[in-house]
Amino acid sequence: MTALAKIIRVEAKLFLRDPVGMFFAIAFPALLILVLGLAMPGIREPADELDGRLPLEVYLPITMTLAIATVTMMTLVGVVGSYRERGILRRLSTTPVSPTALLVAQVAVNVAALLVACGLAWLVAATVFDVPPPGNAVGFVLAFTLGASAMCALALLVAAVTPSARASMGVGQLIYFPMMFFAGVWTPGPQMPDLVRKIADFTPLGAASLAVQDAWAGSWPTLLHLAVMVAFTVVLGGLAARYFRWE
Amino acid sequence: MPVIEVRNLRKQYADQVAVADVSLSVDEGEIFGLVGPNGAGKTTTVECIEGLRTADSGTVRVLGLDPRRDRAAVRQKLGIQLQESQLPDRIKVWEVLDLYSSFYPHPADWRALMDELGLGPKRNTVFAKLSGGQKQRLSIALALVGNPSVAILDELTTGLDPQARRDTWELIRHVRDRGVTVLLVTHFMDEAERLCDRLAVVAAGRVVAVDTPRNLIAGAQVPGVERPTLEDAILSLTSARSI
Ligand SMILES: Nc1ncnc2c1ncn2[C@@H]1O[C@H](COP(=O)(O)OP(=O)(O)O)[C@@H](O)[C@H]1O
Ligand SMILES: [Mg+2]
Repeated sequence: MTALAKIIRVEAKLFLRDPVGMFFAIAFPALLILVLGLAMPGIREPADELDGRLPLEVYLPITMTLAIATVTMMTLVGVVGSYRERGILRRLSTTPVSPTALLVAQVAVNVAALLVACGLAWLVAATVFDVPPPGNAVGFVLAFTLGASAMCALALLVAAVTPSARASMGVGQLIYFPMMFFAGVWTPGPQMPDLVRKIADFTPLGAASLAVQDAWAGSWPTLLHLAVMVAFTVVLGGLAARYFRWE
Repeated sequence: MPVIEVRNLRKQYADQVAVADVSLSVDEGEIFGLVGPNGAGKTTTVECIEGLRTADSGTVRVLGLDPRRDRAAVRQKLGIQLQESQLPDRIKVWEVLDLYSSFYPHPADWRALMDELGLGPKRNTVFAKLSGGQKQRLSIALALVGNPSVAILDELTTGLDPQARRDTWELIRHVRDRGVTVLLVTHFMDEAERLCDRLAVVAAGRVVAVDTPRNLIAGAQVPGVERPTLEDAILSLTSARSI
């Protein structure tokens, strides 16, 4: 346990020493909210099609799921792919500590970064644009955590089955863009066409996005979305554990 | 009981036979060298001993344990320097030593080790900014930081300047004097001659001779050479086998 705690601490330090990665992971969601709020016409006016809520209030949880996708499909996939390619996981496997500990540490550090990033985004939305807090805070935390877990599992699976760091990054991006579509980045809230929503229900990021939006709007995430996220976490995580190559 | 015992080891990658038939045994407290040309199968042999690769056939015992089946127990007592491996670019020298020492039940004092390997002035330098020789010394330090009873070092001094090589030999002798058994892979003849108590000469995946450097030289028969060196002796043993 002390070894794992130490690995997490060192990985956190390494994360903080990478200015570009840190900017994208931590500052990006808050900046996106700031830019959207200031530049997009009508985003701060209560909208009839949203039952009188601010469009920005719908965009905030979507931005948070976007952050989940970025941190998992870009940062996590990239780091794990390069750790394998450079023999860092193999080096660790020569010690009494399993290289799995390094994967656990990476997940922990990236999820922590996500929480900070989303906290910041919410702080900006609340202070600058008067966006109210989540209607169902417990539901929100539940949906966000499960969504992040499902996407971490997917990231580890991508890193597990791709032969090189480049391939990992490529596949990560290939998954990233369509996922953003299902997360509702271009068709927020009720504007999502029915068919897209039906598919989104069954994708990890789509389910996360819809669940987080529901919780933000004050209701509980649906059982379907929670089940989809749990299933992806268990199945993809299990496959990743089984097929992970350390070198 | 030998500390390392390998019997009829065989390992093939796809259609390339890397190790055809290797048997050797390393006694407690000795510095045992594995020498031979590039591609002879030295790295593959030590990686099977380390449990990083599964042999196709043959048996390997380290301290009487099977390095794959008794992985956890072997890992605690075995220090490994890989021929090639890197660390994260932004990790500092002291951080990686501190981190790796926390993996072992009875670690060495990493600060002393850092100084012994001349890395003290670089303690706050990140890995990417180290020179090749400094990275190599850090890699040696990591192999020793767990206070192992057995150390396996692959290409110990490759990339080091002459002074650093001599300092490293001195360090390895100190480590041995503390009772550590050392298996090292090298293709430097001066290193093999000055540092190793015994050598196994490997060619084309087979052990062609095991003896002390002195006896290998004494037994060498090299036509046209009056006083053969260790290099002459080993070349004459391996040239017949290489393609
Ligand atoms: N991972 C691998 N995959 C395929 N062939 C390999 C691999 N590693 C080594 N080889 C081949 O096995 C042979 C022995 O290699 P190696 O054990 O590295 O020798 P040495 O360390 O003596 O130079 C070489 O022909 C090498 O090309
Ligand atoms: Mg080699």
